[in-house]
This record gives sequence, C-alpha cells and structure tokens, in this order.
Amino acid sequence: MQWETVIGLEVHAQLSTRSKIFSGASTAFGAAPNTQACAVDIALPGVLPVLNRGAVERAIRFGLAIGAKVNRTSIFARKNYFYPDLPKGYQISQYEQPIVEGGAIRIVTRGGEKTVRLTRAHLEEDAGKSLHEDFHGMSGIDLNRAGTPLLEIVSEPDMRSSEEAVAYARALHALVRWIDICDGNMQEGSLRADANVSVRPLGSDVLGTRCEIKNLNSFRFLERAIEYEVRRQIGIIEDGGRIVQETRLYDPDRDETRSMRSKEEAHDYRYFPDPDLLPLAVSEKWIDEVRAGLPELPEAKRARYEREWGLPAYDALTLTASRELASYFEDVVGAGIEPKLAANWVMGDVAAALNRSDLDIAASPVSSAALAGLLARIRDNTISGKIAKDVFDAMWAGEGGADEIIEKRGLRQITDASAIEKLVDDVLAANPKSVEEFRAGKEKAFNALVGQVMKASRGKANPAAVNELLKKKLAG
Amino acid sequence: MSLENSSLRELAAALAAKQLSSVELTQRFLDRIAAANPALNAFVTTDPERSLAQARAADARRARGDATPLTGIPIAHKDIWCAKGWRTTCGSRMLANFASPYDAHVVERFDAAGAVLLGKCNMDEFAMGSSNETSWFGPVKNPWNPAFVPGGSSGGSAAAVAARLAPAATGTDTGGSIRQPAALCGISGLKPTYGVVSRYGMIAFASSLDQGGPFAKSAEDLALLLNAMAGFDARDSTSLDRAPEDYTRLLAAPVPGAPADRPLAGLRIGLPRQYFGAGLAPDVAEAVETALAELRRLGAATSEVDLPASDLAVPAYYVIAPAEASSNLSRFDGVRYGHRAAEYGDLVDMYCRSRAEGFGAEVKRRILIGTYVLSHGYYDAYYLKAQKIRRLIAEDYARAFAQVDVIAGPTSPTVAFEFGAKTADPVQMYLNDIYTIPANLAGLPGLSIPAGFGAGGLPVGLQLVGNYFDEARMLAIAHQYQHVTDWHRRAPAGY
Amino acid sequence: MSLSLDEVKRIALLARIAVSEGEAAAARDQLNGIFAMIEAMQKVDTAGVEPMAHAQDVMLRLREDEVTEPDRHALFQSVAPQVQDGLYLVPKVIE
Ligand SMILES: [Mg+2]
Ligand SMILES: [Zn+2]
Repeated sequence: MQWETVIGLEVHAQLSTRSKIFSGASTAFGAAPNTQACAVDIALPGVLPVLNRGAVERAIRFGLAIGAKVNRTSIFARKNYFYPDLPKGYQISQYEQPIVEGGAIRIVTRGGEKTVRLTRAHLEEDAGKSLHEDFHGMSGIDLNRAGTPLLEIVSEPDMRSSEEAVAYARALHALVRWIDICDGNMQEGSLRADANVSVRPLGSDVLGTRCEIKNLNSFRFLERAIEYEVRRQIGIIEDGGRIVQETRLYDPDRDETRSMRSKEEAHDYRYFPDPDLLPLAVSEKWIDEVRAGLPELPEAKRARYEREWGLPAYDALTLTASRELASYFEDVVGAGIEPKLAANWVMGDVAAALNRSDLDIAASPVSSAALAGLLARIRDNTISGKIAKDVFDAMWAGEGGADEIIEKRGLRQITDASAIEKLVDDVLAANPKSVEEFRAGKEKAFNALVGQVMKASRGKANPAAVNELLKKKLAG
Repeated sequence: MSLENSSLRELAAALAAKQLSSVELTQRFLDRIAAANPALNAFVTTDPERSLAQARAADARRARGDATPLTGIPIAHKDIWCAKGWRTTCGSRMLANFASPYDAHVVERFDAAGAVLLGKCNMDEFAMGSSNETSWFGPVKNPWNPAFVPGGSSGGSAAAVAARLAPAATGTDTGGSIRQPAALCGISGLKPTYGVVSRYGMIAFASSLDQGGPFAKSAEDLALLLNAMAGFDARDSTSLDRAPEDYTRLLAAPVPGAPADRPLAGLRIGLPRQYFGAGLAPDVAEAVETALAELRRLGAATSEVDLPASDLAVPAYYVIAPAEASSNLSRFDGVRYGHRAAEYGDLVDMYCRSRAEGFGAEVKRRILIGTYVLSHGYYDAYYLKAQKIRRLIAEDYARAFAQVDVIAGPTSPTVAFEFGAKTADPVQMYLNDIYTIPANLAGLPGLSIPAGFGAGGLPVGLQLVGNYFDEARMLAIAHQYQHVTDWHRRAPAGY
Repeated sequence: MSLSLDEVKRIALLARIAVSEGEAAAARDQLNGIFAMIEAMQKVDTAGVEPMAHAQDVMLRLREDEVTEPDRHALFQSVAPQVQDGLYLVPKVIE
C-alpha cells in the first residue's frame, strides 16, 4: 500500500515587543528567574490585563504580509486549564474571532513551488517555564516568559512531506523576521512548531486520525519528528492497529515521539470571552498605516529581480532569503554593478565566506560598498575575476579596500600589448612540445600554454589579450 | 451631635475648623470598633498603628493647607480591595495570610484624598453570598438585631456604617452586594455604572458584573465618596475614560425649574410591574409604597414600567457569575500565594487539596456550577443562552428609560432574615437578590436608601436604578427624599 | 437535566477541587436544585438575540509598548508558600 502523509503546522512566534502582551514587564530573554514577572504576570489577586498595541500591530503586519483578512473586530477568550506555568489558571488567547484569518505562504522544495494555505493567526500569551532539575523532588517555576506575546499561526493540512513542512516553517521563519515581528531565535524559543501529522492511503480524500507533536524548536527536529511519526503511524496501521488521537512529545535524544501523559486526561478548556478584555477593534486607518510601513515583501522582490534585472528564479529566491541579504545585494547593484555579477558574488564568495566564519550578512567584514568597489575593478579590467578572489580574501581578512590591496600587492592587470607579447614569446620558446601538440590538433595544449603565460605574469596578464595573441602567434 | 452620627461634610467642617484632629477622630472610631466588633464581627482586620499614622499624615497635610473634603476622614474598606501591607483576605481561608504587595486603584484614590484606612471589613467569601454567612472569619451580625443577617456580600461594611463604627465604607456589588446589605442594615449604598470605578486591585468575582461603590449614612455622603472612588484607570481595560464629574453637583436642585416645595416636579419615576408582585413581603411593600408616596409629594410622577425579562435575571446571573468566577478563582492554586495544603501527593493532588481546604462550601458550589456551564457540550445551552437573556434584560431597561427618568422599587424582597434560615437551600438564598441582579446584568447604576422599617423593626431599603452615568441625578433624588425623611438618621439601639 | 455523581466528580477534577463521596453526593443534589431554577431560561426564545458579554458596548483600549514594571520578585515571593533560588516550587511537573 502506498501512503500519503498529511501535515498541518501550528507555529508559535514570540512577537518582538519590548513589554508583555498584557503587562508592562520586560520580555528580554535570559533574566534571573521571576525578575521579569510583574503583578499581572504572576496573577496576583485583583490585577487586570491591558493589551499591548505593539503586539496587535505585529499581528496586523503578519496578516497583511500573507494576504490574509485582518478582522476589524476580534475577541480575546480564556482557555482554562491548571498548570504551574500558567499563573491565572487560564491562558488569554483568541478563539472564535481571531485577528487574522486566511492568507497563504509560497514554499519551494525539490518538487517545485507550492502554496500552503493558512487557517488563522491569533494573539495569545506565552506561559512560564517549569525547571525540572532536582529541587528535592519538586519543580521550579520561572514566570519571566509568562505573558510574552505570541502569534499562533495555524496552517491548513496542506503539506505532504517532512520536506514541505520544513520548507513552510523556514518560509514562515524568514517572513516573520523580514517583517520584523519576531527575532526568529529558535534556540531561545522565539519560534516553536507543533505538527499535526496523519497518514492515509494514497488517493484517499479522507483525513486519517492525527497526532499532534509538540515542542519542535528546530527545523531538524521538525523533520525528524515527522519522519518518525509517519513511520510509526504506518507501522501501526499496517499491523492492523488504529491511530489514537493524542498529543505527543518529540524526544531529540532518542529521536522518537512519545505520548504526553500530562495531556492525556480529557481536556475541556472551557473557552469563553474574557470579561476583562473588551472586543479588539482594528480600524481601516490603522491597517492602512501598517500597510504603508511594511517593507517590500520577499515575493515582490523575487518578481522584481527576475523582471527588472533578468535574474534566474533560483538567484532571485536565494537573494530574498532574508531582508538583510536582499538589501546587501541591492546595495551592490545600487553602486552600479550589473545584477548578475553582483548576484554571483553575493551568492558565491560572500555566502561561502560567511558560512565559513559562521556570520550573518549584516556582520560581513566586507560591506556591500566594499564589494561593489572590488567588482568595479573587474568591470574596468583592472583585475581579472580570478585575481579578484584573492583580493576578496584579503579584504575579508581586513587588509583594506580593493584598490588598496591591488596597489599594495601590484595586482593591476597587464594590459600593455608589448609586455604580454614578450611573455607569450618566452613561453612559446620554452614549450616547443606543447606547440607541436597543438599544431597536431590537440586543443588541450592551447590551454596549457595560456596557463603558462598567466603563471609567468603571476596572474596579472589580461586573459583575453593572452588568448588572442597566442592564437595569432600559433597561427602565424 | 455626636461624631459618629455626623455626616462627612460635618466631620470635614470640624476638622477644617480644628475642632478635632484626624488622630482624635480615627482613635474615636478605633475605640468604637474595639468595643463593638467582638459582637458584630464587622471587621476582619484593624491596624491602629497604621491607621493613626495615616491620620497624623492627614493632620499634617491639613496644616499645610492642601486638604480635600476627605482628608483625615476614616474609611473602612471591604476586604476585597488590595491594600499594600494590609492583610487582604476576601473573606477566605485561601487568603487568610495574604498581605497584599500592592494597592487597589480605589485604595490609592482614598490615599490621594488623604482619607484614613480604618480597617478591612468582613464579607461573604469571595463576595459570594447574600447574608455574610459564608465568610471564613464567621458571620457578621446585623446591628439592628444580632440574630439576623446583615445581608451580603459587603455585610461587614454595611454593619460597620450602620453601627457607627465607621463614617463610611467601601463595598462591591456583583449582584446586589452593596444595595442589599445597605437595605438590610438601614444605610445608604451605591453601585455605580459598570466601568465608573476601577476594578484594579479588587479581587475579582465576576468580572463583567463587579463594580465597587460606597456605603454611608446619607446620599450626600455617597456623592462625596463617589467623587473620590470614580475615575479612569488605565490598568483596568473596562474602566471608562470619561471626564471627571462632581457627583454632588445636583444635590441642591435636582430638577431645573421645579418649585422649592416640589423639588422633584417633572421627574418621571418608573415602577417595574415585576418588582411589586408575588414574593415581595407585605411589610417591605408597605414601606416602599410609603416612600413612593413621599417622592410623589416632592413632585415626582410615578408610572408602571415593564421589565419582562427581569424574571430571568436570577437564572441568567447564576450561569454568568459562576462561569466567570470559576475562571477568576483558578489563580488560587497554592503556588504563588494563598493557602497550600500541608499534605499532598502529586501536583494534581496539591491543587485539589489546597483548593478544597482553601475555599468554603458556597465558593466551591459556584466554581462547580461555572465549570459545568462552560464545559464541552453545555456552553451554548447555558452560557450563551444566559448572555442572550442578559441582552434582553438590558433592552428592557433601554425601553423603560425612554419613558421614565429613574426606576424605583424595593431593594430586597424581605427585611433581614435569621442566621441559617436560607443556608440549606441555595436557591432561596439566591432569590434574595432578585431585584438587584438585573441592574448588574445591564451595567446600570443602582442605589439603596433607608425607607422605614418592617417586621421586627428591621430596616427596609428603597432602590433606585438609573440610566447609565445618571448617578448624580439618582443621588439628588435620594438626597431630596432624605431631606424630608429621617430614616437615614436612625441608628440601631446601642450604637 | 440532572447531574450524575460521576459528572460532579468530573467537574470537581476539572476545577481541581477534592471532593469526598459524601461531598459529591451533597453537591449533586444542590447543583440539581440550582439547575432546576436555571432551567427557566430555556423557556424563552432567544433566536436572533446577540449575546451580551460586557456591560458596556465599548471597544478595547490599548497601551503603548513600554516597559513600566520593575523587578519586585522579592516582595511578591514574600507571600509565596514555597520558593527557592527565585523559583516557585511545586510538586514535580510531569510532561
Ligand atoms: Mg495550539
Ligand atoms: Zn497557542
């Protein structure tokens, strides 16, 4: 039997506000336990929530960026359950009327492009953390994270493989950073995914029973967890068993998912509109203001790179992976460099060097202006593309700007015809065997001769001029 | 006239004239509390040192010349308001040792006015009750007859003012918890329009219904107190951002152009058919009719109005209020503050035992009702249905206020009842609030003023319900009534 | 409608309130009495009526995104049943 995997994701993105969603406590990561848990966050008797405008604005940004409907009225509800990291005994969330509905995100996999539809995105508060180190057999509760604003982004079950799920999660990760609503720091838990996974016979249009896998805070875990879960479910069905709908936890150490005992008890969240919070209104005017403040979105940039600058789709996609990368690239082009040359360097040498040094483009030791300076020297034939790579390495190592390095190292290309002729003549005289082979019809011998001339010039001879002169001499 | 029978205005005048100091005034009331409270149980906590320190500060402030009308006046707070450094119990074992680390907005406001916090008043546990029998700290006695309840849930505040143990007090009213005890204790009490007094720092019972308000001997005092209590607070999302108003401004002449001997001429008073039917005790009906006749003598015109959905107010309330309460009281879990059981097994057991021990029977009963009506499969039939009935009730009032200026009737169907009379049957207890609950559901202001005595010489209250933000006019009507009657001046024997 | 003993126990657990058999039985009888009173709601036709969740027909006010709350954990934890190293202690949480 052929099986089809059906995946939907619920992604929680921590919104990059300074203060919490319903209180004035700081959201900064890493503070000492409970030092950023104010009276509202620890739910002292009598305290009340007041909604943070910054969180709402970020939700609107997201809704506009994915082409969703931003609801003019949305409702905060209470999701009731007892847990020590949930101080009020309920989570303030949105249930029946979320702020964002619909929208879609395009993803690219080896199989091509695909659109993943979004169901909704809603605002809610994060919970605190339970620390399980041994406090004489007890758990310690840190409520610093309690009340951090979250946007819960729920997709339709549109993904059919772990690869698609990861591509979607990556696209979402890139987008939330692009529009500056979340720092995307997955180690710190700024973006966490829950995956709803089910399998069904290929060709069936009935959904199988799904399991929800929680706690996926890296793309790799997301991929591994889904793959494990799919194998597990197929195994059970093929053995004549039945999938039980449940919440499962991925254990990265054992690379498997297991049932979460604490969530097994039938939950009944008793959602109801939060009487402490009136309906949230988002005016047309506010939406227009947020729209006007949005940066050009990756989709639009990709299309523009292809249309206006003639870049291949692959280049356009790669260069729009992040807003910083795209702006670096655009700055190079803006300095007068042909887009394709700029693209090759940004995606090639720059990306490779960043990768080696484990740096972000924003921290690149070679700025966009410096790179443009180097590429201008290729364009005006001061140096060859090959020499340029050495110059780039020197720039990366902090030895100065392109011109400075070219001068200091005497790398200026030899374009003077008589100087090149002298080199060619010397090489021809010293390599009679190659000359003979070439004349006998061995094309390869020509390349060897070019190489000798370049070597003799220490790479500085203009390769085109060398080529031309060699051809003339050998023909003569 | 004795200090304890003086109005706030008289006390302020005496303080201003340096006839007495706030320290002397505060000490006088502390002495009265020390003498009477063992029998009455109106106060849960007093802290004379702290109160007298505030009184000294008030005297110093007055000496500097920046006194407000409430500077130096001792005020008792229902123990539902968080006051920094004060034990704040909400009448519950759950919070029996909870020292609040912060001040409620209302407490801040009284502090800012220079008032003295005289003590924290007993109350039904988490404001759930109509008789003050559910307090962990024991029942409050009605000063008119200690065998009878003072009403609830703000029974301690009402009894304290009635027994002249405090010149004024604060309370909260979710389904009648200011008006009903005011009626049963023979004093004046006001529940403002929802959103006029900040709920910040008031321990929540049912958030969409809870509203703080004052108790005093007279409507004039209520107006002065409301001036201090009302006002926008950014920390409460349901606090209404309105221009401040002077609630005393209409006390002198309520209806423009009315002759001096008929100051209420032109005022239209609606009498809800539903408030004068079966269930209203004859002694209460008689006192209320007499009061209405007095209002007519003052020039007001009365006519019948129809509030057809008000019969369903009690059922709808006993869905909505417990639903909200079940969620509001989830924070009392023995983790960050409050009672934690001495012995427990795992986490769930810790929760279950701490809450079973920390909450009393009535609170648990309402949490169970609320949990049930919100639970899967019952939400639409109960919670949503109740919210729709709530809308019908609000619409009834809107129609009525197209015809009349204010609605009048009894506050409570009976005078105070004996302890234990309704404890076996919660429904009988709940029906006590049949006339007060509808205003909470609609969010409208309501007040209760003394209107004579019924069976056993126990006080009867007259209730006025006004349109939104009509507190000043309601207070003016009550003030005119108190001008020509003296029920509000009667103190219980021995006090 | 009428609540069973098991339903009372189920909601008591949902509400995290320990109840003995006797308490559950007593609660069941009282709750059934109360629900009999509440049942009066069902007689009224409320088709087309907009549910009323708040006393005022007002929209939510928002606060600016500013950090206004200082660290006061020492004060807050002075009323906590059990703390260690700035953490609230609870019986082991099992996921
Ligand atoms: Mg979820
Ligand atoms: Zn969520």
